[in-house]
Amino acid sequence: MLFKQTPSPHIKQNISVHDMMFKVLYALIPGALASMYFFGWGVLFNFIIAISVCLSAEAIILKLRHRDVYATLMDGSALLTACLLALALPSLAPWWLTVIASLSAIAVAKHLYGGLGFNPFNPAMVGYIVVMISFPLEMTLWSAPLGVNDGWPDFSTSFNWVFLGTLPFAETIDSISMATPIDLIKTQLSQLHDITETRNNIKYSALFSNISGTGWQWVNLLFLAGGIWLVKKGVADWRIPTAFLISLVLIANLFSVVDYANNSSALFHAFSGGTMLCAFFIATDPVTASTTPRGRWIYGAGIGVLVYIIRSWGGYPDGIAFAVVLMNIAAPLIDYYTQPKVYGDPNK
Amino acid sequence: MTDDTGTQTAAALTISKSGLWTNNVALVQLLGLCPLLAVTGTIINGLGLGIATLITLVLSNSIVSLTRPWLKAEIRIPVFVLIIASIVTTIELIMNAWFHELYLILGIFIPLIVTNCSIIARAEAFASKNNLVDSALDGFMMGLGFTLVLVVLGGMRELIGFGTLFANAQLMFGSFGESMTISFSDSYPGFLLAVLPPGAFIGLGLLIALKNVIDKQQKAKQAIVIPDATPAVG
Repeated sequence: MLFKQTPSPHIKQNISVHDMMFKVLYALIPGALASMYFFGWGVLFNFIIAISVCLSAEAIILKLRHRDVYATLMDGSALLTACLLALALPSLAPWWLTVIASLSAIAVAKHLYGGLGFNPFNPAMVGYIVVMISFPLEMTLWSAPLGVNDGWPDFSTSFNWVFLGTLPFAETIDSISMATPIDLIKTQLSQLHDITETRNNIKYSALFSNISGTGWQWVNLLFLAGGIWLVKKGVADWRIPTAFLISLVLIANLFSVVDYANNSSALFHAFSGGTMLCAFFIATDPVTASTTPRGRWIYGAGIGVLVYIIRSWGGYPDGIAFAVVLMNIAAPLIDYYTQPKVYGDPNK
Repeated sequence: MTDDTGTQTAAALTISKSGLWTNNVALVQLLGLCPLLAVTGTIINGLGLGIATLITLVLSNSIVSLTRPWLKAEIRIPVFVLIIASIVTTIELIMNAWFHELYLILGIFIPLIVTNCSIIARAEAFASKNNLVDSALDGFMMGLGFTLVLVVLGGMRELIGFGTLFANAQLMFGSFGESMTISFSDSYPGFLLAVLPPGAFIGLGLLIALKNVIDKQQKAKQAIVIPDATPAVG
């Protein structure tokens, strides 16, 4: 009797790009819903604009490149880029800001480099950086989270602001927007208040309700939950988020122990800004991240250190995007030096 | 006699086409990228540096061509550098005297024209082997090609970055220049990325891509014309 023989690999994991992207999208849902709950209609508008622009840009460029439009659109990669952008951009971003970010992500960062699988940089983060560098003022327009002051503006106010750039009489953009906790601590510290004073000033203010800011902590917790599900499903590699979170918490802890007066706590860093979104959904992008096991530890830890450095001493409020793109540049080099030994290789 | 003028015109055409398009300093040779990327924030800055480079190229090519009989191959490079450096110094002094504000904006990039590799490249590759007229024409066309790219890139970055065209034109054209500035919108928020160095890299990349697309299309057109012509002859 003759057994059928095939070359290795003999055990295949049946996971397509489509499956993978949609699992990531499902894992985003709890955090995204929390984001909408705490930051209002603006987040929903971000989603609508980013998804429609990203998908149409993807379709047009695929058509220009003579590729299969429908199949590639359905793999969900452009949809995921759009969702990450929508969650990263401030909730009161004007429509053109989201459009520019989406176009830069899909047209420049993804397709100019050759499309999915060839892009050296995470498209969503490149889109974010383009608008961050170009429009720093608009990038601070987060609405006040639910439970702080008047909370987020109602539907018509948000709609008019985002799409028409107009506000009702007697309202200014400053009265409906609010600095994020990371931003606020940074400005307070730069005005030479120390952190105890800053904390006392804001401890009882609703913005810093418990750990890292009303809304932010819940959004981050839910992204953490979604991320753990993703790791359990084997879609995201566990090493990158673990290395990232450990390095961020360690370095933040080190600085806050050494100089408590001028540094916020490790817990604050772990649950504020885009930390959890980055750890499980952005840094783990299989195309742009490091691919070797040891390389993934280095890659994740590098992002953690860079995020802390940019948050603490950089000019921009949150360093996620810059940290991820900087490590994207380093990923091929990391891979080169961390190739695992093939079984049987005598060179130890 | 007529044949001779014919070949001369043909040679001049080749030199011009090479400088402006097929061998463009910025788009094909990718030489002199440092000033190209650094000063093209506006049209006027680009034009200022472009004209300074153009004059340098014409003069250096002419002088190098004239010194051919006495140049020894071993020491030609130092001599080229000396010639170029003295020309650039003269231009720098002239700009400092008559276009002082533009001179201040362009700053270090005027003296740095000395190190622009396109100039020494033309001296070595063309002027040291050709006669005065051809060399001067080559310098002019190469400089013109470079200037055009500087102006187009400056225009792109100025338009996207600030929403204006010909801002600060008075630096170059005097009081007439003030009426040249075109502002498209008063409430334009400004697109900072286009003004910053990455904007220059992205803009130049797009220009090179555009040139390649045009070249490709022309090639495709020629390829279509030839099979059409053959059956008519047969």
